[in-house]
Amino acid sequence: MSAARLAYVLRLADTNLILAQQLGALVGHAPSIEEDLGLANTALDVLGQARLLLSYAGELEGLGRDEDQLAFVRDPADYLNLALAEQPNGDFAHTIVRQFLIDAWQRELYEELQRSQDERLAAIAAKALKETRFHLRYSSGWVVRLGDGTPDSHGRMCAALDALWPFTAELFDADAVDQAMIDEAVAPDPALIAPRWRARVQAVLSEATLPMPEPARFGWYGKRGQHNEHFGHVLAELQFMQRAYPGARW
Amino acid sequence: MYSQALDQAPREREAPSASPRPEDSAREAAFLARVDAEEKIEPKDWMPEGYRHTLIRQISQHAHSEIVGMLPEGNWITRAPSLQRKAILIAKVQDEGGHGAYLYGAAETLGISREQLIDQLLAGKAKYSSIFNYPTPTWADVGAIGWLVDGAAIMNQIPLCRCSYGPYARAMVRICKEESFHQRQGYEIMLTLARGTAAQRRMAQEALDRWWWPALMMFGPSDADSAHTAQSVRWKIKRFTNDELRQKFVDFTVPQAQFLGLAVPDPELRWDDAAQHYRFGAIDWTEFQQVLRGNGPCNRERLQTRRRAHEDGRWVREAAAAYALKQRERSPAAA
Amino acid sequence: MTEVWPLWEVFIRARSGLEHKHAGSVHATDARMALEHARDLYTRRDEGVSIWVVPSKEITASDPAEAEALFEPARDKVYRHPTFYQIPDEVKTL
Repeated sequence: MSAARLAYVLRLADTNLILAQQLGALVGHAPSIEEDLGLANTALDVLGQARLLLSYAGELEGLGRDEDQLAFVRDPADYLNLALAEQPNGDFAHTIVRQFLIDAWQRELYEELQRSQDERLAAIAAKALKETRFHLRYSSGWVVRLGDGTPDSHGRMCAALDALWPFTAELFDADAVDQAMIDEAVAPDPALIAPRWRARVQAVLSEATLPMPEPARFGWYGKRGQHNEHFGHVLAELQFMQRAYPGARW
Repeated sequence: MYSQALDQAPREREAPSASPRPEDSAREAAFLARVDAEEKIEPKDWMPEGYRHTLIRQISQHAHSEIVGMLPEGNWITRAPSLQRKAILIAKVQDEGGHGAYLYGAAETLGISREQLIDQLLAGKAKYSSIFNYPTPTWADVGAIGWLVDGAAIMNQIPLCRCSYGPYARAMVRICKEESFHQRQGYEIMLTLARGTAAQRRMAQEALDRWWWPALMMFGPSDADSAHTAQSVRWKIKRFTNDELRQKFVDFTVPQAQFLGLAVPDPELRWDDAAQHYRFGAIDWTEFQQVLRGNGPCNRERLQTRRRAHEDGRWVREAAAAYALKQRERSPAAA
Repeated sequence: MTEVWPLWEVFIRARSGLEHKHAGSVHATDARMALEHARDLYTRRDEGVSIWVVPSKEITASDPAEAEALFEPARDKVYRHPTFYQIPDEVKTL
């Protein structure tokens, strides 16, 4: 079993885990009851994807760690989520833009991953794809409504895009782990996904009367364990109970 | 029982009505005959103003309770101690939001808008179940709420499935189907804690100590002190009295606590073999009154949180409405 | 500036072969949102294969006050029901 395979699976898992953690904080605080349900729906789906991927990662790792031990007891640098996922919730514009950018990426990625030589990943991707198609529908609907709503909502969306766009560089910046997965026919070349993602994002932003930013040149690499300050607080809440009561069953 | 405040205030007055007209008396008799025959009253049917008024208040209080009820448990989503518990808790809180939506929908069939109802809640003019004004300082509180609070709610909600007003009864059927997992997941949390480490057992006992009496108070004042019960029973809005439901709850729940190996915090609790009921100690109604009046540990905080969410979300709701308007103007056939 | 979201009525087909049944209502500003809200609110437990949403104001309902005139005349026309007719047992498939 390759270290690259484990890292790749953890990247997918942790992106979903951290996203779920952030969305979970919003339930009960959304702009409407309906959006509480919509955000909870996305949170539950990505949490479910995280759990499947973490369980798989634990098996690949071969140290007997299960989904919870991986989720709750790693050190910050060992989490390999995309930096995009750990950007703060901010206002609803930030939440929706973050979600949309990730949804559009997962939409293309899972489509390809269904054909992976790794049967486990292929199966997880097939299931996740159905969920992602709904998430993308939901988030892109909101991007359009907020982009083309009021001057205030338009302004907030521009600010959110501005803040989050730099972190999209990481989505398609292939490194040694990605290359290993390409070589093993486990995962698609990010260069294959990039134009599809751009086209989809462009179409929605255009309908939303929002400007399409230039491709982000330099990003931060959450997928290599580099995290921001907010991430520390996210982990503190996530990990608290298991750290405070080590070894207990819940 | 989410409508406890409805029953408890003898000083509360119904909307004043003019003296009844002769045709109203005939209609009222026909209406009561339908209710007696267990027929459902539907939105456009004639109904006494008092019936409509009582239902709007009871249903909306129930709806407000669900929405506010998302907060004490939502508080633990980010700190749930396992991924499974996190998923279950998100699903439960999501259900509660859904229940609020069903109930606001049922209230809206009676001629009031959701906006008006929410404005009443946020202005502090509407009541919701006092139980949600208590804090959830520990994970065990999530278990206690599921076990005791949802347990008490189910006791009240099942009879409401046979309430005379169709939309409310149907909403309750839906809610009861979804509610059964809520109580079970709460009890399972308590069971896991009770069988866990010493710290976990202590956490569970301490939560039971704090939630037992507030849960009993959820059923509202004693029948003797409850002014509106008779009318609500006549209209089949209320199917059992407060004391009947409270007794049933105690009888069901004490053995559950015993199975957990936890002590119910009532030194007067004892089994009355002749009556086949548990006898329990006196409830401290002053605490109940204070919490209802707004002096509970979390009253201000709960409303403030809801106000903030509502205010922070205003630009979003406005944007959605503005976009829809633009769509209609662009192409009258679409949107 | 309005933030009022209109009411929509929701009809769900629970399984293929069944008709759409009224499930309740949702608030939404457009049909797409109404569908998504209805899906989240009414089909979380695998309860639907198809959803219809209709703005509540587009629904025309019969007036309960006219229920007698609308529905009772059908009651005494029992010859519309198969059970009205006596067919000897020996005759099959009728």
